[in-house]
Amino acid sequence: MTDAKTPPKKKPVTVRQLRERRRVLRSIGAGAAVVGAAMLGFFPVAKKWMERLRPPGALDEDAFLAACIKCGQCVQVCPVEAIKLGDLDEGFGVGVPYIDARTQACDFSCDAVQCVLACPTEALSHDTDVKEQVRMGIARLSRPKACLARLGKGVKGTARGDDFPGLHRYINVDRWTPIRIADHPYDLELCDLCERECPIEGAITIQRDNFDLTDLRGTPVVFDKCVGCGMCEMICPVDPPAIVIDIRKRWEDV
Amino acid sequence: MSMLTSITEMFGRSPGTKPDDSAYSEGARKIHDVKRDIKGKKERVAAIKAERDMNPSRKWLYRRWASIIIINALFVVSFSLDIQLIEGSLSASRVVGFHFADLNASLQVMLAFKEILINLVIGTVTVLLLWWLLGGRTFCSWVCPYHLLSELAEKIHLRLTDMKLVRDMPMHRGVRTVLYIIFAGLAFGTGYTVFEAISPVGILSRAMIYGPGLALIWVVVLLLFEIFITRRAWCRYICPIGLTYGMVGVTSPVHVKYDLENCLHEGDCRKVCLVPHVLEPTKKGFALKEQVTLGADCTRCGMCVDICPTQSLTFDVKGLNKLL
Repeated sequence: MTDAKTPPKKKPVTVRQLRERRRVLRSIGAGAAVVGAAMLGFFPVAKKWMERLRPPGALDEDAFLAACIKCGQCVQVCPVEAIKLGDLDEGFGVGVPYIDARTQACDFSCDAVQCVLACPTEALSHDTDVKEQVRMGIARLSRPKACLARLGKGVKGTARGDDFPGLHRYINVDRWTPIRIADHPYDLELCDLCERECPIEGAITIQRDNFDLTDLRGTPVVFDKCVGCGMCEMICPVDPPAIVIDIRKRWEDV
Repeated sequence: MSMLTSITEMFGRSPGTKPDDSAYSEGARKIHDVKRDIKGKKERVAAIKAERDMNPSRKWLYRRWASIIIINALFVVSFSLDIQLIEGSLSASRVVGFHFADLNASLQVMLAFKEILINLVIGTVTVLLLWWLLGGRTFCSWVCPYHLLSELAEKIHLRLTDMKLVRDMPMHRGVRTVLYIIFAGLAFGTGYTVFEAISPVGILSRAMIYGPGLALIWVVVLLLFEIFITRRAWCRYICPIGLTYGMVGVTSPVHVKYDLENCLHEGDCRKVCLVPHVLEPTKKGFALKEQVTLGADCTRCGMCVDICPTQSLTFDVKGLNKLL
């Protein structure tokens, strides 16, 4: 019996072919790693790990992330430096502008929504011409029990402490230049800072809780003029603030 | 080099083998023939190289580094001093009021957002014309801040390679083209500017202008990869921005010109080059004509111009010589 059928011999793989094969595999691996790294940015966005208050005129969140070219021109024109850019932990939101209202709110001291004018991609929509059209969110009295007005308390001295770096334009102090809130002490019998410093007329008022003239107590009430700029959240003297912005909430949803 | 070869090699095709004798032009054949007969080549090459090494040129290197540093510093200074000279960052800016937009960033935004944005179109066209005039990937080596860091990482990498501590693990250049398509597709499909999340150019530019952040970790990871694993990995094999500008530079008037006649074919240029496939004609017997324009992938960095011992590689502006 002869072994007529020998199995077909495989051609031996040369060192060169082996090296080439490794090079291609390495390339595929590296390419996949880069795409994978980029796609990791999807999680913070999809899971909404960080809900951010966007600058005036921002489109809906998904459209905003798509349209923003991450250049920071809005950051550069803001007179109170309210706008910050997202970092790596925000995934696709890296380089995308947001406002941390408690630290530094937008108080429209630029008058003409400069950030909108600066935006080259209309991610901050050019349909927004005046501050009253802005829709960033809605203010809400989140901790009514802490609210100084409701407790009948006043404010003596600075609103947020003497070393708070936040800026605000006080029209009666300087029409053009914002100053530090720490440089502007108050002497108020009853705290009405949210109403007093609100840049939008008729957005918030302190309403008396009763008709007893000796009882000062009142409650901040937010009206549909509110654009969600966050000035009230910044100026609120209690910590954490009694009033906050519900980000991206619209009056239609209320 | 023909335009088609220039483009396909940029997309990742390997340069061909030594051309047939019949492919040479009349002049090139004569030069190739003469070179074959020269006696005492080794001694001659050694002598010429020794002369160069006595007085090495770093002209283009210094000019280029100055360019990267000055342009990026202008962005930083303009914002920190609030002089509104260049507002924004490398992804989009206003230069004394005129819109500029990075081509790849614009592409990502338009694919994700699916709207034609007039300011972005203006910025894109301005930048397109500018970089077409200046040579396409000129952006990479004359403006990109990552390029500068990557050059420093490359120096460390090469030193470690000399010490036999690391070995360069090259990749297939076609991967950049594939990634380009993937990232364009991802922007269109997901509606997010996916590539911008990892673009070291955007990250670095913003970090310099608006202050550093966690995103710099990604840049450090890339640099470590380039130091220990693959030489110039990002710029050579990955970066879609480079490919975008490369395509702009296909017909650009500014390029590096190769002159066959005095070339020693010793290959020093290919050793310093970021994209050595564009220097393929400098290999002995590879140049089809007496003078060859380097391919579109060339970043016009001038490293080869600096190192060439016989000035066979020079910067050239098409049409300018005729005008003068």
